[in-house]
Amino acid sequence: MANMAQAIRMALHYGEAHLGVKDIFGQDVGAPLGGAFTATQGLKTTWNSPLDERGIIGMAMGIAMTGERCVAEIQFCDYIFNTIDLLKIAGNTLWVTNGQYPMPLVVMTPVGAGIRGSIYHSHSFDAWASRLPGWKVVMPSTPHDAYGLLISAIKDPNPVLFLIPKALMRVRGEELIPGEPREEKELKSMVDAPIGDRSKWKPRWPELQDLAIPIGQAQITRPGEQITVVSYGRHLLVCNQIADDLRSDGISVEVIDLRTIYPYDWQTVKASIQKTGRAIFVNEDTEVTNFGEHLAYRATQELFYELMARPLVIAGKNVPGIGLHPNLEDASIPQKHEIETAIRAVVAETP
Amino acid sequence: MQVQVSRAKNSKKISSRVNKKKSVGVKKATGSKKNLFSGLPKELLLHMHDLMVKSRVLEERLIKIYKAGDAFFWIGAPGEEAWGVPLGLLTKKGQGPKYDYLHLHYRGTPTLVAMGMPMIDSIRLIMNRSTDPSTGGRNFSNHYCYPQWNVAPVSSPIEVQYGMALGTAHVQKRHKSQALTVVTGGDAGTAEGDFATCLVWASRRGQELPMLITVQNNGWGISTAFEGQHGETEIADRARAFNIRSRVINGNDPVETYLALQEEMAAIRKTGKPSFIEARLSRLYGHSSASGANFVGGELDCVREFEKKLLTSGYLKESQAKKIWEAYEKEGFEAQQQVRTEPGPSSESIWDHVYADNENADWRKF
Ligand SMILES: Cc1ncc(C[n+]2csc(CCOP(=O)(O)OP(=O)(O)O)c2C)c(N)n1
Ligand SMILES: [Mg+2]
Repeated sequence: MANMAQAIRMALHYGEAHLGVKDIFGQDVGAPLGGAFTATQGLKTTWNSPLDERGIIGMAMGIAMTGERCVAEIQFCDYIFNTIDLLKIAGNTLWVTNGQYPMPLVVMTPVGAGIRGSIYHSHSFDAWASRLPGWKVVMPSTPHDAYGLLISAIKDPNPVLFLIPKALMRVRGEELIPGEPREEKELKSMVDAPIGDRSKWKPRWPELQDLAIPIGQAQITRPGEQITVVSYGRHLLVCNQIADDLRSDGISVEVIDLRTIYPYDWQTVKASIQKTGRAIFVNEDTEVTNFGEHLAYRATQELFYELMARPLVIAGKNVPGIGLHPNLEDASIPQKHEIETAIRAVVAETP
Repeated sequence: MQVQVSRAKNSKKISSRVNKKKSVGVKKATGSKKNLFSGLPKELLLHMHDLMVKSRVLEERLIKIYKAGDAFFWIGAPGEEAWGVPLGLLTKKGQGPKYDYLHLHYRGTPTLVAMGMPMIDSIRLIMNRSTDPSTGGRNFSNHYCYPQWNVAPVSSPIEVQYGMALGTAHVQKRHKSQALTVVTGGDAGTAEGDFATCLVWASRRGQELPMLITVQNNGWGISTAFEGQHGETEIADRARAFNIRSRVINGNDPVETYLALQEEMAAIRKTGKPSFIEARLSRLYGHSSASGANFVGGELDCVREFEKKLLTSGYLKESQAKKIWEAYEKEGFEAQQQVRTEPGPSSESIWDHVYADNENADWRKF
């Protein structure tokens, strides 16, 4: 099974080969490195940009204005903040021109903690991204979804932000990407660049197929009856584990992988909460004006009389950064035991 | 009052800088008419004059519209006609990478007028009507957008167009179409990082971009004078540091501007490499309606100046000139009356075009 870095690489290859992508660029995206996480190795249209995030986003917007397709990378989302006004413009251009200038572009960037990355390699961006109207924002939790969502992002006529949980880059999935060889070793020999001299290396791409994971469609990853847990990215996998663990204690947890932060799949979330009467929203961005709060607000407004307990948001502590020492990181980012305890408490709560 | 005094002082400094730096074609010429206008044909000169007057009358109409309470805000280009009209005339106009792209800021009226924008469309924009072809009533005056002419939407944040322009130039380079990308902006805005971004990305060795990077230096950023903000001798020097062809021109002179633009555009089309032009020019009605939008004394008026030269040379008669001004006055006035009858955008339309193909963007309906 592919890991997420390989899945992204294969989706980008699919984009080059079948969807008209002509530029994949950013810092160290091209040869020889092929991306800080190797997600852009071996591709045909990659190139290295100057070390200038505003230039990267501006370039992508200009390319999009001509109607051509590109994928731009910001090496870590920690460094995307100085482009926020450009992201706003990318999101408002179609609107302010009354429908005249579409901005079909993809920006991908690794997000979140989990690699002991300290203050400037652990930021999250999902809550910020949810405040960029005009953008679509996706965040996969598996290589399979990363492949399908990135293909959907490239096809989409709007600006799409593709958030990559960086701690999952080397995690393998359980579902085969269409066209991917069954053997891990074989895939590796085909698409991973060798260590050392790569100047003569060329990838052998599998016969990859299209995979439609529509933007805006969540997925129930664990069906359950007593509580709904909505998450995405790295914490989705944590929530899946908790649901599996709690089953033996007779607690039935429904886990929803939101996959798209905007425009989000309310119908799936709503139907689930109507069934369970209880909801927890889990992510690792900071807790004040967190995206989970919007979902909890909406659940409260629309489903108040169907709820058996108060909706809860579990998110990162509202501190300026993720400290390097594990004690600091673990105290800032929602931990498994913390989520599990909260689930037990909410399940036990009665009106 | 104080602002006005220093404004005048500042403008004198600018024009003396221009004259010291380069002897201006018009000033040099003494003999024949041909010399007087550096060999530009009479029809072109009269055409430029006509468009400059049209643009000026339009801007003055926009100011009247603002002052009459028919608009919330005015910003525009009186004083930039000698720069903007030649630019509009020399642009290879059309849609897509085979044609020139224009990434303008909020002083683009003369360029759009020269490209063929009807006066009434600019009036629809300032009066925020649904008929406004640029934004449908969503944005300020002079925030033009004409995709059919590759005119990128003007956005208020200063200098962002310098980054976006790289993308259209990059695609043009790939198409080897000899088309180029023009970017314009003010002097104060060059302090923003996006200006440096533009110089860096456009000039990378072996990967140069076909771009005409320009600055319209009016000596001001709202109330802040050029002198207090710059250490470089001239803005054009910054481009020189990146091995970009670079020059300072008198942007108050349409003849010098036309010739300089022609030369630089030809060089870009031939080599695929960028050029830089710093045009020194006037700001005749202050920054915007926020500073009153009143005529400022002491700065050179390029339209009147050019007209004077055409009259002196005999290319233009007083009576003809009068007719041109009056005809555009009438057109502007009638357009305002017409636009007054046109509807504004509807309240429900706020959700239109958030996403392409009008896909629903209202979370209440997700
Ligand atoms: C990023 C940003 N900061 C501040 C402003 C407010 N602002 C509008 S115009 C302006 C001055 C611009 O001066 P200059 O670049 O010289 O252009 P000019 O208006 O003189 O043509 C300022 C500060 C803005 N629009 N965008
Ligand atoms: Mg200025």
